[in-house]
Amino acid sequence: MCDQTFVAITFGPCDSCGNPSPLMNIYIKSEAINYCSFCVEMMACRGLQKGESLATLKTESDTLKKKLEEERGKLNDVELHQVAEKIEVLNPLSVKTRRVMKGHTNKVLCMDWCSDKRRLVSSSQDGKVIVWDAFTLNKEHGLALPCTWVMACAYAPSGCAVACGGLDNKCSVIPLSLDKNENLAAKKKSVAMHTNYVSGCTFTNSDMQMLTSSGDGTCALWDVESGQLLQSFHGHTADVLSLDFAPSETGNTFVSGGCDKKANVWDMRSGQNIQSFESHESDINCVKYYPSGDAFASASDDATCRFYDLRADREVSVYKKDSLIFGASSVDFSMSGRLLFAGYNDYTINVWDVLKGTRASILFGHENRVSKVRVSPDGTALCSASWDNTLRIWA
Amino acid sequence: MTIRNTLRDHGQRYRPRMACLKKAEKVLLEMQDPKTGVKSQPQRLVITTIPHAITGEDILSWLADRFQVDTQEARNVGSMLVALGYIYPLQDHKRLVIKPDASLYRFQTPYFWPTQQWPVEDTDYAIYLAKRNIRKKGILELHEQEQYNRLHKWMNHKWDFIVMQAKEQYRAAKERKKPDRVVFDCQERAYWVVHRPPPGTVSAMDYGLERRIEPNADETKTPDFYERIMIFTQQSIMRPRVKSSVSIGALVKYCATYNNHDPFLSKCLPSNPWLTDDITYWNLNMTNVAIPTKMRVERWTFSFGELLSDPRGRDDFRLFLKKEFSGENLAFWEVCEDLRWGAAVTMREKAEQIYKTFLARGAPRWINIDGKTMEITVNGLKHPHRYVLDAAQTHIYMLMKKDSYGRYLKSPVFKDTVKKAICPEEQKFTDAQLEQNAKNRRPSLSPIVLRQQEQEQRAKMAANAPVDITQVMSKLSKQGKEAPPCPPPAKK
Repeated sequence: MCDQTFVAITFGPCDSCGNPSPLMNIYIKSEAINYCSFCVEMMACRGLQKGESLATLKTESDTLKKKLEEERGKLNDVELHQVAEKIEVLNPLSVKTRRVMKGHTNKVLCMDWCSDKRRLVSSSQDGKVIVWDAFTLNKEHGLALPCTWVMACAYAPSGCAVACGGLDNKCSVIPLSLDKNENLAAKKKSVAMHTNYVSGCTFTNSDMQMLTSSGDGTCALWDVESGQLLQSFHGHTADVLSLDFAPSETGNTFVSGGCDKKANVWDMRSGQNIQSFESHESDINCVKYYPSGDAFASASDDATCRFYDLRADREVSVYKKDSLIFGASSVDFSMSGRLLFAGYNDYTINVWDVLKGTRASILFGHENRVSKVRVSPDGTALCSASWDNTLRIWA
Repeated sequence: MTIRNTLRDHGQRYRPRMACLKKAEKVLLEMQDPKTGVKSQPQRLVITTIPHAITGEDILSWLADRFQVDTQEARNVGSMLVALGYIYPLQDHKRLVIKPDASLYRFQTPYFWPTQQWPVEDTDYAIYLAKRNIRKKGILELHEQEQYNRLHKWMNHKWDFIVMQAKEQYRAAKERKKPDRVVFDCQERAYWVVHRPPPGTVSAMDYGLERRIEPNADETKTPDFYERIMIFTQQSIMRPRVKSSVSIGALVKYCATYNNHDPFLSKCLPSNPWLTDDITYWNLNMTNVAIPTKMRVERWTFSFGELLSDPRGRDDFRLFLKKEFSGENLAFWEVCEDLRWGAAVTMREKAEQIYKTFLARGAPRWINIDGKTMEITVNGLKHPHRYVLDAAQTHIYMLMKKDSYGRYLKSPVFKDTVKKAICPEEQKFTDAQLEQNAKNRRPSLSPIVLRQQEQEQRAKMAANAPVDITQVMSKLSKQGKEAPPCPPPAKK
């Protein structure tokens, strides 16, 4: 868990306009100031000052970028694989399919586990959302949304509601009920409204707040009860495809990955982009935090998965192989963080040894793209959702 | 910057965003290398010979050798290359897979490679179908016939053009030498199998939803574009960072610490429910079980966060704090969490309530925070928002972490918990028993029911005198263990 205590003032009177609002901590010529987001935008949109031109601005920004790389390099005293040499090699894994969940009639796009470690929710291309008890293979709830391509679904921490969204540009929360005859879709409540498709959603630490990412390039934090937009996060220059909420106890951050090849870390309170990593060569399909919250992994269309250390502020490992040509669509860590499960568009799941950077295993079984992989909350199983209309449980 | 004009196209309408195509092309070029590539042989048809045919076995062994992988993986890669249309089968042309035997394949000509330069037009498909129709009526498959009819209806206005093109191509083809014509026909047929697959087959060209924005397109660079980059970069430079050896060391240490607790790496005791269909493991680790397992208790010693995030651990810690008369710290932390993650509408009154109970002078559960933090908090409470108590909460959290947590781990409360903790034996099932277990899979209580029960218990507790919380919680968990064989009937 990250030990840094954020003493930064995140709410108060803006240094520029004086209005009390969430503040962003930025620097003007090495001097720390706290501006509200509006004043930051105003500062950026000043236009060309005396003696400046587009070319000078470009060179200035390039020099700053080089300086950032230098600063990052100064503390780069060891590589992950060097430290990992002292660690024991993994025993051969024997992971097999334990359940095949059939019931969707179209591509399964997303799934999420319930906190009770055996239930899960899945959503598909034809608008159907199904809540399963994966252990008994019972379908407990089913509902049909009026839109297609439900790309995002999430189980509420209490286990009593699910959220889903997709091409309807909205993310809705549906309370689950024990009454089999009840029409769940009627109780659906629209919470998030975006101007383009919703690509990912997750609840924060309670049923009351939800984070969403969208094809319109923004992420947003919503209050579920009122549907109010609590905070929006601007900074991606293309579709945001995925997000993950930090597991840390004092966590206030989340990471998002998008088609602009960037993975951004955001402060939920002020809406500020605190860190950004741009080393992928193509769209980032999925981002996921390491269990300790100090690092995260990303999966991309360039067929690599990468591992970023947040405290050292750099990429520390790349997981790739010549035989992996197709993009990775989803990643998740095992409970200890030693294994990284990655689902690929060539219908396989590759299991990587996070520390040594080698591949520990490859899982065959799906007959079409693997769209999502998730490890269960107690780490006992892996669930994969695929475009072959099924979900599989591996253990 | 982020709300985009939705009409902007960037040519993405016909551009499959498949970064894999470039990589696949590199592999293809290697495979076709005359010296180091796949061995080719001429194929004999009735009277003609088609050069450069390759067998499935040779492709697979080349792939296995080049990528240093086993046959199953080589087969997967090979099948993907066929599915994309870079290699096509000469026999059984509709099944785009690699067969590990002497089946013949050929490399597709680059003209017909999947491309991102221009769209696969329906007009071309219509011409192709018309051409085949001219050559021999009735040769079209059922789905092709349906497509043909559909295109005939929708492209009626240019049908003359299509038929004329088809006739022209047919005539030009006749003038070619027989081997060339056969080869070209195969190539064209393979191209259309890839791009207009028969219904019900998996198509590798199916890439899902269009991504809206093409970030590689030229974007007009305005001054504010650079200003934003500079503000962000400057902030990144000033951000404190840690030496790699320290942070990577911490990551490695985390793995090592949790290694024995990871079900994929170490055995789950008594057994992993997914492997043996026996749910004892889940029953022993329920949220509010009276006696936790040894592994669970061990996790509480790994970090303070781990202790707090496990409700059973938190209860144990709460018990310890009660004995030390410092329970208000944890209570304060909990209500702050409730404020942060709660519904917006209740936020203001919650903040005021917390102030009255914990922070105001003479408050019933006054917590001890330093002067500066108190000042920031009181100022913030003038305009309450959900993060107004963050400074105070972090202070109290660190206090508990650095002081109370250490003492808890040495306390009699904890030592007692450790002593009582269960360490289950590993279950060994015979095959017959495993089969029986699989038949006896039972549903569990729905989280909805569990929440209702919890709420009822809380209501009872609030009504009655204070009860020992661990007793109440263990009662709840015992009820939970007796899961009925069928889901409970709907209430009301």
